[in-house]
Amino acid sequence: MCDTCGCNVTSGNAHLVEADGKLATTGDGRAAVEVLQGLLSENDHQAAHNREHFDRHGVLAINLMSSPGSGKTALLEATLDALAGRLRVAVIEGDLETENDARRIRAKGVPAIQIATGSACHLDAHMVHLALHELDLDAVDVVFIENVGNLVCPASFDLGHHRNVTLLSVTEGDDKPAKYPVMFRAADLMLLTKTDLLEVLDDFDPHRAEHCLRALASNAPVLEVSARKGRGLDAWLGWLRHEVATHRQRVAARQTLRPAVQPDGVHLHARGEPAGHDHPHVHGHPAHGHG
Amino acid sequence: MHELSVCQGMLQQVSRIAAQHDAGRVERIVVRIGPLSGVEPDLLRNAFPLARAGTVAEEAELCIETLPVRVRCDRCGEETDARPNRLLCGACGDYHTRLVSGDELILASVQLVQAQPPARLN
Repeated sequence: MCDTCGCNVTSGNAHLVEADGKLATTGDGRAAVEVLQGLLSENDHQAAHNREHFDRHGVLAINLMSSPGSGKTALLEATLDALAGRLRVAVIEGDLETENDARRIRAKGVPAIQIATGSACHLDAHMVHLALHELDLDAVDVVFIENVGNLVCPASFDLGHHRNVTLLSVTEGDDKPAKYPVMFRAADLMLLTKTDLLEVLDDFDPHRAEHCLRALASNAPVLEVSARKGRGLDAWLGWLRHEVATHRQRVAARQTLRPAVQPDGVHLHARGEPAGHDHPHVHGHPAHGHG
Repeated sequence: MHELSVCQGMLQQVSRIAAQHDAGRVERIVVRIGPLSGVEPDLLRNAFPLARAGTVAEEAELCIETLPVRVRCDRCGEETDARPNRLLCGACGDYHTRLVSGDELILASVQLVQAQPPARLN
């Protein structure tokens, strides 16, 4: 306990030391100010703004995360072929360099905005916001945000999207969820990709991958797909159509949805809300101010 | 990895708070971090001296409080310790648990020093 770093501030006395509280300033001009905001509140503020953009246009935004090379772009290509225009899609591509992925998507006749992050290992809400200005959201039902291939950092940044889909290719090892718990705990859906290779890989057990996911207290569904062979796409498209339909209902009811887990637990927990799934918040949700 | 951008975001917040309170400088920043936040305390500590340069917090100390991973079981109701990659109930082993602590990434408080200390009253 001390009077300087704020560790003696509790919910019972916080009002005394917050701005303009009677203990806010000591005689020597020092002030301990309790903040209790998410450390990423700059990003979260922008993310909430992005989410309002999406919701105003009735658009569902899905964040695709995985290692590099697990088949995010191939999944999108196969998805666009299988949808055959039944849902209107736009794609935001994140990579350190090149327009390669955006070109592959545009070749399917779908608008794609490439974000070249330079050296940044993840997308953040500001980058996505800039990309949104280049998209006509009135002409779109779903925006896929293909995050930078990375199983670590992207999980910590809210982009203003509604759902996280985490891909795990069967060439990577079935214990990835145990090795990268922050990433896989954030998944609203885990897609096992490249499953056509399972017949030649004897060391990847889909059940073990799901077991590792469940050990993270996750109820997220697990689907197996092969973009190259077109296997398992029906279940994936079924999930997608269901999400689009339920999102439209949410928007009509003036509610929105944040993805499964965001690292601002204290505020959520303090209000007694579950940090779990299917957890709609009323629009403009963060009760904590942005200063 | 991304700790530098986390640090820069934090310092933007801190600078704004300092400006709101007419503070001349920031003496200490206290953050609370859980293992499931995706931010490594050591990396954040290393990024901090780079990020704080030229800000109102350039002489500030960063105080990191790490929090334990705790879960409450939906099935048996017990609250137990857990590990970041094993969030099962420590009492009954069920996976239907909710995290009650461990994913925090919180700017807890800042210690500000006013630009001009007020005159003391005698």
